[in-house]
Amino acid sequence: MSMLSSRSRRDIRGGSRLMSGFDHWLSGAVFGLLAIGTALVYSATKQWFASNGLDPQYYLKRHLINIVIGLLLGFGTTLIDYRLLRAYTPIVWGLGVLGLVAVLIPGIGDTVNGARAWIAFPGGFQIQPAELAKISIIVGMAMILAETKESDHYPTHSDVVKGLLVAAVPVLLIVAQPDLGTTIIIAAAVVTIIGVSGAPARWVVGLLLVAVLGGFVAVKSGVVSDYQVKRLQSFVDPTADPQQSGYQLRQARITIGSGGLFGKGLFNGPQTNGRFVPEQQTDFIFTVAGEEIGFLGCGLILLLYSIILARAFAIARRTNDIFGRLVCVGVIAWFAFQTFENIGMTMGLMPMTGVPLPFISYGGSSMFATLIGYGLLQNVHLRTR
Amino acid sequence: MIDRSRLSLAFIQIFIASLMAALFGRLFFLQIADGPRYREAALNIQSRDIVTPASRGVIVDDIGTPMAMNRAGLVVTIDRSVIDKLPDKGIGVISRVATVLGLEYNDLYIRTRICPELPKDQRIGCWNGTRYQPIPVTKEATQAQALNILEHSDLYPGVNAEPVSMRNYPSFEGEYATHVLGYVGPVTDADLNNTDGKSYFRNELIGKAGLEYQYDSYLRGQAGIKTVIVDRKEAVTRQSQNTKPIPGDNLILNINAKLQSVVEAELAASIQRAKSLGHRGDSGAAIVLDVKTGAVLAMASYPTYDPNIWENGITVKQAQSLYSEKTAVPALSRAIQGAYAPASTFKVISTSAAVRAGYSTDASYNCPASVMIGNREFKNFDSKAAGRISLKTAIAISCDSMWYQIAYDEWVRDGGLKPKPSPNDYFFTTAKGYGVGKKTGIDLPSEISGRLPDRDWKKAWYAQNKDFYCNYKARAPKSQQTQLLLDIARENCLDGDKVRAGDAVNFSIGQGDTLLTPLQLAAAYAAIANGGTLYQPQVAKAIVKPDGTIVKQFKPVVNGTIPADKKTISFLHTALRAVVTSGTAAGAFAGLPVEVSGKTGTGQVFGKNWDGTRKGDTSWFASFAPSNKPQYAVVMMVSQGGFGASTSGVGVRHIYEYIFGTNGKTSVMPNGVPTSLPTIDTTKFGSFAKKTTSKAVKK
Repeated sequence: MSMLSSRSRRDIRGGSRLMSGFDHWLSGAVFGLLAIGTALVYSATKQWFASNGLDPQYYLKRHLINIVIGLLLGFGTTLIDYRLLRAYTPIVWGLGVLGLVAVLIPGIGDTVNGARAWIAFPGGFQIQPAELAKISIIVGMAMILAETKESDHYPTHSDVVKGLLVAAVPVLLIVAQPDLGTTIIIAAAVVTIIGVSGAPARWVVGLLLVAVLGGFVAVKSGVVSDYQVKRLQSFVDPTADPQQSGYQLRQARITIGSGGLFGKGLFNGPQTNGRFVPEQQTDFIFTVAGEEIGFLGCGLILLLYSIILARAFAIARRTNDIFGRLVCVGVIAWFAFQTFENIGMTMGLMPMTGVPLPFISYGGSSMFATLIGYGLLQNVHLRTR
Repeated sequence: MIDRSRLSLAFIQIFIASLMAALFGRLFFLQIADGPRYREAALNIQSRDIVTPASRGVIVDDIGTPMAMNRAGLVVTIDRSVIDKLPDKGIGVISRVATVLGLEYNDLYIRTRICPELPKDQRIGCWNGTRYQPIPVTKEATQAQALNILEHSDLYPGVNAEPVSMRNYPSFEGEYATHVLGYVGPVTDADLNNTDGKSYFRNELIGKAGLEYQYDSYLRGQAGIKTVIVDRKEAVTRQSQNTKPIPGDNLILNINAKLQSVVEAELAASIQRAKSLGHRGDSGAAIVLDVKTGAVLAMASYPTYDPNIWENGITVKQAQSLYSEKTAVPALSRAIQGAYAPASTFKVISTSAAVRAGYSTDASYNCPASVMIGNREFKNFDSKAAGRISLKTAIAISCDSMWYQIAYDEWVRDGGLKPKPSPNDYFFTTAKGYGVGKKTGIDLPSEISGRLPDRDWKKAWYAQNKDFYCNYKARAPKSQQTQLLLDIARENCLDGDKVRAGDAVNFSIGQGDTLLTPLQLAAAYAAIANGGTLYQPQVAKAIVKPDGTIVKQFKPVVNGTIPADKKTISFLHTALRAVVTSGTAAGAFAGLPVEVSGKTGTGQVFGKNWDGTRKGDTSWFASFAPSNKPQYAVVMMVSQGGFGASTSGVGVRHIYEYIFGTNGKTSVMPNGVPTSLPTIDTTKFGSFAKKTTSKAVKK
């Protein structure tokens, strides 16, 4: 009775007042990152566009539009009980796969930095299906591994195999682009979901081994393209390809390092304004933060990510619904590994892969996907008694 | 069941927390621990220094007449990084630019080549910088030429024209003074990598020779540096530092431009005279020193050339002729880089040596037609006997044979071929005291030391040549295997390390292996004139700032005292005066109202010219005046110029006429050697533009 009433009250409140019942720490951290990201994207592009006689606010405006659309998608995600989402999961998964197939068709997919990963739409907007595919894989995996006969049982071997098949189709399509960074992040999410699902531990160990061996074979056999091998080489030895990958990594490190404790001040970074680091509004945006807002600013960014992850873990822990938990850990793994991969890359901890920084990097698809991920976390939170 | 799930969750949370901690740690390391290093690296990436060379100090003569100035030019540059990418590698552009500028295609081609691109012997005029900076091909473009190039940028890709400051040697008094002034040129990689502690900027002009080189650090001033912050495409985003160039200091010389002009003209005239007398007269030098300070009042070398050819863009033909034997290597400064047997002018040193050895200047000496030394007959200069004569007369008529006897006797006294452990070596040590074999230390680069062929030199020479002479038959070409040469080789092999009787005898009359630069001889005669002080010749008088503040005033530097006592010096004055009044130079100086003391010299030279002819005699005249109160020392040397008196003696006489304003000439130095510094006012010389003469190399 009381359970029912409290649940119905939540439903009413959720429907009547925006964001009431949300995890405010989670929301606050996400909005903090969105604000910082907006300032950084503006700073990264202002001078560049102004000096070319273009609208200095071009990127700022588009970034704000992306955020608005992303927030709408995120809030939209919270409106329907996530448990009902299960019904739509096959559709979400199917759309993701369709997008990934489409992107590989010449004429539809655009190639940027060696990866055929974008679908261009009129008006200059581009969609990166791989970003949205992350969601379909996480939800799909969670659904299959949660739908064991009932909560008394851990997933069986066949459940795990089914789940892997659900992940394998989009992952293979992403590998074909090729997009190594996204593949690694999805793999991490998949392994995490399987681990938390309670599936036999040998699956986790086995998958990790397969990932290591697979990566090794991929590099050696040439499945991974030349430019990715070069990026990996320049990670190991920054002087290997000094003009391209090595240059980028060196410049990124110098730019971050030169920021010091307080940074050069927003809009005042000479490295940023000189555009010495390529892709600084997207994949390398953390260098702008490093130079302009310094250790304190970057520390704040890392703190905000930590809050998001901590709150997400709390939500995952609190829910007794295995599907909700698996969705949460999938999103956690996605956010955590993508953040670590991106920031680690700019600081020379990780090899260079083209993944955006969640909530901060410029880019529609990534922004939409991460805010939907945020919506999924709030959704689980809202429906947890 | 849920516990297993929660356990995994906890594991994952710890793992992810450690990832975040890793990011924090790395961030701290980059920004705080290693921050300073990265800030430095970032600055290096972003900043570019734009160097504005300072305006170079002017060089003026003793009364303020400019000898080196700056003037506005129009530089035309060709950018190799642009034209090399054209289908024809820029051949078309270069030929069009050559046509517009009225230059030879080949000259322009070479000027646009990086030196290492060309074969070693064709590098004169090549570009000493890098491929990535615009290469200046001329600084003398006219307005019309510059406009033509700028307006047709489609025809001239990579070609630019802009105003530039260029060095100019205006020759206001008709002087060149090329070898003294030197020239300037662009900074080369060798200059940038040198280890002498000087630092240059790539686009500065620096002194390459002569005074421009010697006093470069003063003349060059300090380039202004504007530091700008650039982006990845080298576009300037802002300016971070700006220091104004500090103009170079001005250089005041001891040289008098008018006198320099006269000395150059008289040297050239003397060479013409030698030629008209049937001599080859290929080169020469003339020097005027202030005997009281060692100040160089004029210094000329022949052949010479217009110093402006370097800045205006030297042509291949000009460059080749500068270093060609056929044109007698005009690049060589004979006054300090030419070494010649001093011949009879050396007898002042022999006299001093003889006095030290105990011979009296009052005694009389036998002057036979020849003296037998061993099995060799040493003849008097004209093979005539003069009988028993006073030492004064011996010097006046330039008797050689009396010196043979004295030198031989002294050589025997020192042990001959088996020298005593510490021989007296009066002749060698006296010569050394006069500065023979030692650089004078003049403030010009690349001075040579001449040669004092004493015992040490002999040993060194032998060590180097023993192998050749001891295997002469095998080593020497067939054409050089005459009986005489074979005999000489055998002798050299046997005791080439010893000073032989012949060497000692030759040395006493300034022949054999003895070599002096004209400047060394001038300094020695100046010392005799001033009572014995050997001064270091000094070209620069003072360095002053553009506002007139004195930076440095050069005081006379004493190199030593000549090994001659008062009585000897007094005797030399008398004897050298007798040379001019009644001796070998009497004819050349007849009718000159100023009293001059001097000595003729006619030096034999062994060896051959480039065309195979035998080298002619070196004509010398070394002197000072006025005899009773000496002020000037004048030395002239004409290579292959014939007799000392008729070629150089006459030339020196004319120089004195110009100095003192006699025999119808107007004095070039009516006020003598100035005692105070002139004020420098280049503005009163107005606008001027001196073009390269079509015949840059004076012949």
